Amino acid sequence: VFKRFVEIGRVAFVSFGPHAGKLVAIVDVIDQNRALVDGPCSGVRRQAMPFKCMQLTDFVLKFPHSARQKHVRVAWEKENINEKWAATRWAKKIEAREKKAKMTDFDRYKVMKAKKMRNRIIKHEMKKLLKEASKKGKKLQKAQK
Amino acid sequence: LASQMAGEKKAGDKKAAEAKPAEKKGSQKKLREKARKPKKHHASRNPVLARGIGRYSRSAMYARKAMYKRKYTAPETKIEKKKKEKPPATITKPVGGDKNGGSRVVKVRKMPRYYPTEDVPRKLLSHGKKPFSQHKRKLRASITPGTVLILLTGRHRGKRVVFLKQLATGLLLVTGPLAINRVPLRRAHQKFVIATSTKVDINGVRIPKHLTDAYFKKKRLRKPKHQEGEIFDTEKEKYEITEQRKSDQKAVDTQILARIKKVPQLRGYLRSTFSLSNGVYPHKLVF
Repeated sequence: VFKRFVEIGRVAFVSFGPHAGKLVAIVDVIDQNRALVDGPCSGVRRQAMPFKCMQLTDFVLKFPHSARQKHVRVAWEKENINEKWAATRWAKKIEAREKKAKMTDFDRYKVMKAKKMRNRIIKHEMKKLLKEASKKGKKLQKAQK
Repeated sequence: LASQMAGEKKAGDKKAAEAKPAEKKGSQKKLREKARKPKKHHASRNPVLARGIGRYSRSAMYARKAMYKRKYTAPETKIEKKKKEKPPATITKPVGGDKNGGSRVVKVRKMPRYYPTEDVPRKLLSHGKKPFSQHKRKLRASITPGTVLILLTGRHRGKRVVFLKQLATGLLLVTGPLAINRVPLRRAHQKFVIATSTKVDINGVRIPKHLTDAYFKKKRLRKPKHQEGEIFDTEKEKYEITEQRKSDQKAVDTQILARIKKVPQLRGYLRSTFSLSNGVYPHKLVF
């Protein structure tokens, strides 16, 4: 049922708060609500962070609990988390959302034109396929008779 | 002693000899200096006995400062000058008619023929109340020459238009260009315009200098000689495009069109209009 667990080395995405949008690794658990967290390669200082603002990712690092930042950084860079993260769909969706919000009026116009052209092409192909299908269907009907 | 005296004499003679021409030069210099600089002021000739109490009385000080030698008159004031240059108060004018005495003495400046019932009270002084022509014109930082603006009011609402310059009254001079979206050289109000971040490079474009507010101002005829029925005919109902407007439009647009063609898709962008639809909120849009 649950596939991602809170464990030492789990990489989490911070969803809100001062470090919103950054990745952190869980270094230790403090109590039921908080974890000691560190993000050496994402600009988050080692600190306590509530679980509520963390969203677990698929990545797990290997280091012992309460390991120094240096070791966390080594593990992070060994696994190449930053690149792997950028390749996930999650990160791409976030980036797309940001780009959409930054669109200027001119960009919106260009997008509209591009979408229109794309849809025309798709429709054209679709119509072609439908035509062929309907022809085949008519042939079959004739053959059956 | 004698040798010393001799030495001194020689020195004295030399000095005297030097002094004489020097004195002459010096005195000349001093005169020149006096003419250039004011003389250095003497310290107070009234020594202080205690704070606020001087040694000498007023009259003693008068003598000590030689005020009897230093009597100045105030420079002739403008009023005195004006008083001297008074024009004559009356004029004799010739009068026609028989047995009339030939001339009359007429006052040049006559008394007013009407006094209002209530005196108008004197207005209090105010400062900083300037007429409209002297107001400070502001321009939003987002609006620079070449910016694409979206007009929000008027018959061209929703159209995207190129900004040229701000006129003297603060209104913005704007053009379609005409060939793209049928907006001519026109004035637009800064407040009723959205400035987009899209800019056309208008670096070397020369805008004719006669395009001012007076050029664009609406003309209204004001000579109703006839009675009411005919007044409305004389006022311009149909606006006619003058040849000068056409030529000015052409002159500006050819320059701008060349620059618009360089940017891909910009021409189509200027042809399109802006509109809101479901889910589009202006405060969330980045222009």
